[in-house]
Amino acid sequence: MNFWARLFYNWRRAWKALKLYGIIAGPGIIVMVADNDAGGITTYAATGAKFGYSLLWFLVLLGPVAFFIQEMTVRLGAVTKRGHAESIFHGFGPFWGWFSLVDLILVDWLTLVTEFIGMTAALSIFRVPPAITVLFVVLIMGTMIVRGNYWTWEKIALFFCAVNLVYIPCAFIVRPSVSAILSNGLIPHIPAGGFTNGFFFFLMANIGTTIAPWMVFFQQSAVVDKGIQEKDILWARIDTLLGSMFTVIVAAFCVIVTGTLLRGVDIHDAAEAAVQLMGINAYLGTLLAIGLFDAGLLGAICISLASSWAFGEVFGWAHSLNSRIREAQWFYAFYFFALISAGAVVLIPGAPLVLITLFVQVIAVTLLPASLVFLIIMLNNEESMGKYRNNAFQNVANVAIVLAIVVLSTMYAISTLFPNWLR
Amino acid sequence: MGEPFVGIVARRIGRFAGATASQISAINKKYATPHIEITPAVRAALLFLRLYLLALVGLLVYKFVTLVR
Repeated sequence: MNFWARLFYNWRRAWKALKLYGIIAGPGIIVMVADNDAGGITTYAATGAKFGYSLLWFLVLLGPVAFFIQEMTVRLGAVTKRGHAESIFHGFGPFWGWFSLVDLILVDWLTLVTEFIGMTAALSIFRVPPAITVLFVVLIMGTMIVRGNYWTWEKIALFFCAVNLVYIPCAFIVRPSVSAILSNGLIPHIPAGGFTNGFFFFLMANIGTTIAPWMVFFQQSAVVDKGIQEKDILWARIDTLLGSMFTVIVAAFCVIVTGTLLRGVDIHDAAEAAVQLMGINAYLGTLLAIGLFDAGLLGAICISLASSWAFGEVFGWAHSLNSRIREAQWFYAFYFFALISAGAVVLIPGAPLVLITLFVQVIAVTLLPASLVFLIIMLNNEESMGKYRNNAFQNVANVAIVLAIVVLSTMYAISTLFPNWLR
Repeated sequence: MGEPFVGIVARRIGRFAGATASQISAINKKYATPHIEITPAVRAALLFLRLYLLALVGLLVYKFVTLVR
């Protein structure tokens, strides 16, 4: 074969592979980018303002952590064709099944409220009343599913994922010192001041935003709803890997923005950071606010679906985005009920929103260890997983990651309950 | 004279609760047998999870009681 023929052959192969990836891509990128939800962006903004670039290396480490966990949901979903809630019922019986389902619904609903808090705060910067924001969000999310087509929903969600990249131009606008990022940010070290309680609290907060229970349930159900087969696992893994890289990039650029301009400022929420940045550079503040709204919207899109899928799987309702509303009435009723009720809470004057924001972390850690431990046990079940079960390396890596997440997220929850314990 | 509105609502709620209860019992029956092989490692992991949850619920109750006081 001459040079040109070989080049053409390789180009055709690469193009075919890219087209195949384009078909399978979606769940991994969406779940990972949605991981940078309103709470996540707040944590990154506060981390940058508090520690500058000093914790960038830690965010980079969290990419592989998220990938290892989420990759297991891909294999489990593709091989068993069951969502995570149904898998727990099937594998561990009704006690753990009901515990996981009820806890998931509670955690998801509370997290949904926090997404609405983030979205209303973001648009209030543009003087949009909260009621209009809630209505706007419900309309967007209703439009996404009304056609009864997974493909349409996924492409719109991917568009919102692309908007999440808004933090990259933000970081270029602030013109950070590249040498400072490389030397101070990407080389692992403890920031000046040492291993203080505050530093430890921020480490835990960043881990807490990296893996949330809804992510495990969402991606496994999305893999099943999309119809990903065993032969597609490689591409779905690549999708998850790319997603984990995106999530780290977005987080890092958000830290770079606040680390450059708001260093030393105490930031309590991302909207506050946007307001502060608005005073320095109106474009920056605007982009940060748009990014925060988008982050909350992406979180809301995935979280409300994670709950509806889980309920549909267990109760045996039609629970696919490919079903029209009249074919899967309970699935969509649950979706809209969660969405509208969470949005309504934000509109109640004097609602304990701060308490809800704090409480959600605590409730999340009642479910996180169980769902991660179940994931590892199910991935070691030779009978159902066959050649796709965890190998020794995956087990060592995943058990170490799960132990670290369980310990640190539990400490984070305890420090939220008892603030004087660490700070 | 027709049935009062409250009566209709109560009857419907009752019917819905009954249907949900029978659905839950059908789910319990369907998944009554766990399909994961309970090895000593799995048993230890499940025991750890139960103790972990008890400890966490204990902390939440303690926090609630101290808040109320």
